[in-house]
Amino acid sequence: MENTYLGLVLAPLAGAIIAGLFGKQVGRAGAHWVTILGVGISFILSVLVFKHHVFDGGATYNETVYTWMVSDGITFQIGFLVDQLTALMICVVTFVSLMVHIYTIGYMHDDPGYQRFFSYIALFTFSMLMLVMSNNFMQLFFGWEAVGLVSYLLIGFWFKKDTAIYANLKAFLVNRVGDFGFLLGIAAVLMYFGSLNYADVFALAPSLKDSTVEVFPGTEWSLMTMVCILLFIGAMGKSAQVPLHVWLPDSMEGPTPISALIHAATMVTAGVFMVARMSPLYEYSETALGFVMVIGAITAFFMGLVGIVQNDIKRVVAYSTLSQLGYMMVAAGASAYAAAIFHLMTHAFFKALLFLAAGSVIIAMHHKQDIREMGGLKKYMPITYWTSLFGSLALIGFPGTSGFFSKDAIIEAVHASSVPGADIAYWAVLLGVFITALYSFRMFFLVFHGKERMDHHTKEHLHETPWVVTGPLMLLAIPSLIIGYLTVESVLFGDYFKDAIFVLPEHNVLAKIGENYTSEIGFVLHGMMAPPFWLAMGGLFTAWFIYMKKPEIADNIKNNMQWIYKLLDKKYFADEFNEAFFAGGSRGIGRLLWRNGDIRIIDGLMVNGSANSIGWLSSVVRHVQTGYLYHYAFVMIVGLMLLLGWHLF
Amino acid sequence: MNFDYTQLIPLLPEITVLTMACLVLVVDVYKTSKDSNLTYYLTQLTLVMAAILTIALPATETNRVFNGMFVADSMSDLLKLFIYIVSFMVFVYSREYLRAREMYRGEYFVLGLFGILGMMIMVSAHNLLMVYLGLELLSLCLYAMVAMQRNVVTVSEAAMKYFVLGALASGMLLYGMSLLYGATGTLDIVEMSNKLSTGDLSSSLIMITGMVFLITGLGFKLGAVPFHMWVPDVYHGAPTSVTLYIGAAPKIAAFALVMRLLVEGLGSMQAQWQDILIIMTVLSLFVGNVIAIAQTNIKRMLAYSTISHVAYLLLGIIAGTQSGYVASMFYVIVYAIMSMAAFGMILFLSRAGFEADSLDDLKGLNERSPWYAFMMLIVMFSMAGVPPLLGFWAKLAVLKAVVEVDLVWLAVTAVAFSIIGAFYYLRVVKLMYFDKAEDTNDFIAGPDMRFFLSANALAILGLGIFPGGLLSLCASALGM
Repeated sequence: MENTYLGLVLAPLAGAIIAGLFGKQVGRAGAHWVTILGVGISFILSVLVFKHHVFDGGATYNETVYTWMVSDGITFQIGFLVDQLTALMICVVTFVSLMVHIYTIGYMHDDPGYQRFFSYIALFTFSMLMLVMSNNFMQLFFGWEAVGLVSYLLIGFWFKKDTAIYANLKAFLVNRVGDFGFLLGIAAVLMYFGSLNYADVFALAPSLKDSTVEVFPGTEWSLMTMVCILLFIGAMGKSAQVPLHVWLPDSMEGPTPISALIHAATMVTAGVFMVARMSPLYEYSETALGFVMVIGAITAFFMGLVGIVQNDIKRVVAYSTLSQLGYMMVAAGASAYAAAIFHLMTHAFFKALLFLAAGSVIIAMHHKQDIREMGGLKKYMPITYWTSLFGSLALIGFPGTSGFFSKDAIIEAVHASSVPGADIAYWAVLLGVFITALYSFRMFFLVFHGKERMDHHTKEHLHETPWVVTGPLMLLAIPSLIIGYLTVESVLFGDYFKDAIFVLPEHNVLAKIGENYTSEIGFVLHGMMAPPFWLAMGGLFTAWFIYMKKPEIADNIKNNMQWIYKLLDKKYFADEFNEAFFAGGSRGIGRLLWRNGDIRIIDGLMVNGSANSIGWLSSVVRHVQTGYLYHYAFVMIVGLMLLLGWHLF
Repeated sequence: MNFDYTQLIPLLPEITVLTMACLVLVVDVYKTSKDSNLTYYLTQLTLVMAAILTIALPATETNRVFNGMFVADSMSDLLKLFIYIVSFMVFVYSREYLRAREMYRGEYFVLGLFGILGMMIMVSAHNLLMVYLGLELLSLCLYAMVAMQRNVVTVSEAAMKYFVLGALASGMLLYGMSLLYGATGTLDIVEMSNKLSTGDLSSSLIMITGMVFLITGLGFKLGAVPFHMWVPDVYHGAPTSVTLYIGAAPKIAAFALVMRLLVEGLGSMQAQWQDILIIMTVLSLFVGNVIAIAQTNIKRMLAYSTISHVAYLLLGIIAGTQSGYVASMFYVIVYAIMSMAAFGMILFLSRAGFEADSLDDLKGLNERSPWYAFMMLIVMFSMAGVPPLLGFWAKLAVLKAVVEVDLVWLAVTAVAFSIIGAFYYLRVVKLMYFDKAEDTNDFIAGPDMRFFLSANALAILGLGIFPGGLLSLCASALGM
């Protein structure tokens, strides 16, 4: 199998290199063919790997492929750990990536950076695969940083746009904060477990669960809690959890295909994946689990609220992504890792679908993104309309769609959980359902129904987008609708993850829910009698009533509740706070250090000072070389005398 | 006593070089056309023949012939081999330069070959008389070669200084030898070593005095401070092709001399000579690196650079361990390869009536020829000790050797000075890449020179990426 895994990882890399370095030679068509071929191979191999591990019962593969270096007894290796969790992840990643590659042909059709774009997204696929297939922390960190790098490059893809540059710098800096925690977490693992290999670390975890460390004198911290929270800080950056969420909405400055691939379906879910992968560590720290859950709940609820007042089509979907990532984290915090990964998978499909549909609308609207200037697009874009409807239904958890199964499982799991913070989290995710339905269908109605509010010129050119755009939409709509129904039994309540994810018996909430589980249909029927369903329907109805039936209500609310509107519209002033406090503060410190430290001490005294003094010394000492022969001979004789004297006296 | 003819076998390379040198001399007198390449080809053929003989007759064990006068061991084989390679390249590089200055005739090559013979004898000498013979054979050739353009003022000045100071140093060396002979009663290096290992002769006044005089002579040959004064003036004044000759292979021979005299002969006096070498090393580091900064002439700058490289070379000897000697040997070979490429580059840039030896002549080389600018960049980075180039590994090896014997302060000093030294190497890079070109003439170098020069610089890169081979070659030559 090793060759399969290597081929799976390296095929997109080869595509990226060819499209990136030889973009001129292969041309535009060459660039998209070579990368699609690479990712296509990768997808086919992923399916084979999935089949091998899931249906044929292949054993977990955990081998080192290459030893990079051995330093002080610690080995740094490239290796693959492939089990059910990995198999599922690589299938999702390569499938969505393949769809996005095809879609890009249509979306970036006239862009001068065509080859560069394909090179980046193929490189992203490689990095993401390295991340999910890793069997050690070093490679995990490599993948983690590599996807971050590609994300940075792609957010700033239109590098002549000031807002894009601002956004990518912001994404980079905010992720740096998260990565700092992540790196500290890895360092702590290395320090206390003495290895970077997952298998070794996980094997040691039970014996270290009660150990404490003293980071600052006089404090006693549980080792597991510290390691898990540090690693989770990394996940907060990558998966955009409050308060490190600020970069994700701005990342919408990048082209829409990457919003779908990187900032919705795959990269941002890396944090969730990481927590699930580290389940043997997280299980031993209830504090960390509670922390994960509370952060997730805050993100799920409050980011959903912001989604209601956004007017940019992509930003609505972006806030929806934030909120859904919060759901996944809540599930992970409740030890329902399987539910988190399950939601990750279903979300990847329907959120990629929604983003690509939004992109399709944007193409049709000539790159206008304000939903207030849309409306009534249903009759112009039937395919986009229907696929968006499916995506939105899946997002709000309409019974039977994939989102229903995953979201319901999360809510039930939190309800059953006893981890500290579970009560708050339960209410947050429950009310979140109403909010999700409200913002999703607000956008849906404003875009596809009602009065046509666009200008005359745009209206004349409205038509359905080409097949390279609609094709992926249709292909993504299928799993968005049915994947949940097909897989819920084995993934959530079966033994799909038995080797990959570790859950302590007392935390096993999914097993508790599973006791009442009969069949998929039973799950649906049960769901239709539970509060989440009625909340979702209520949200849908409210959206219809406010934005379709009586639009003046929306304005009334806006006018009467100014401060709430302002708070949401300004996203809780998080950007302003960061700008003033962190950015302003760092700039202030920076200026201080620059003036006094850099210019005066380092540049003035040390660098230039020593350079000047050496230069001066040199110009003086060179005069020893007088050019007179008798001086030279004199120096030799004196030298001889001194050396003799050294020993004789 | 019958003469044992098998004694001649280890000497075959030397005999070949001697015979061929005489042949070249005669051929050159009788050849009709002044510009013919015959002499040049015969010279190169000699080196190839000598190399084949050295490789074909490897010394499997230490083989002393002529009553211990001459020794052939694996160290001498390896060093001789590199002397041939380096000299071969030197002749290739010098060709166009000599032709443009009407020096492309027998003298240069004949003197060159006799010089090589001198170096070979230095490498294989196991008797103080033989040491002196080899040294003088080489020195006399060098004096004459420096003076070849005798009607140029700077050249005759350089030759005069070199000769007078060389004679002084030679006298000191000879005086040192006579003291050693007086104390031990033998000229044979092995016997001397045996005598010294018993009794307290090593710390006697006469031995120490003799040793200091001996080191003075060696220091002069190597160009270590305070016996370095000739180096900048001679490097600067001599024709560049001769500077190239002086700068490369003779350093290998001088290293052999240090090994034979200090390590093999006076090994039991290590405690005494270690101090002296440390003083010379620190002074050389200071002078070599600091004064180089103030130079505007590349040849002069490289002369100071040589002084500092000699200091690094001595670090390995100072360590006094087997791995230290290996490191030194590695360093001297690496140094020869680098200095060959550096002076080769000056020859490459020069043409009739233009020496290209000012730093300003390198300005904007990247515009004129990105490839050769890159080659020079490799050489300069390697001399500065930037990883992963060859020069880095050489520095690393000697520094490691010193650290192993707990002379950490010396290693730190060496590193500190190498940082200062990096300045003038990097300045060359800056001139090549960031300044505007002033000279826009085409290069006259032929394809052979272009090929070998590129190969030379690329070897620095390639061997730097895979330094293991050369290093283990040095280690096995010293029986490790």
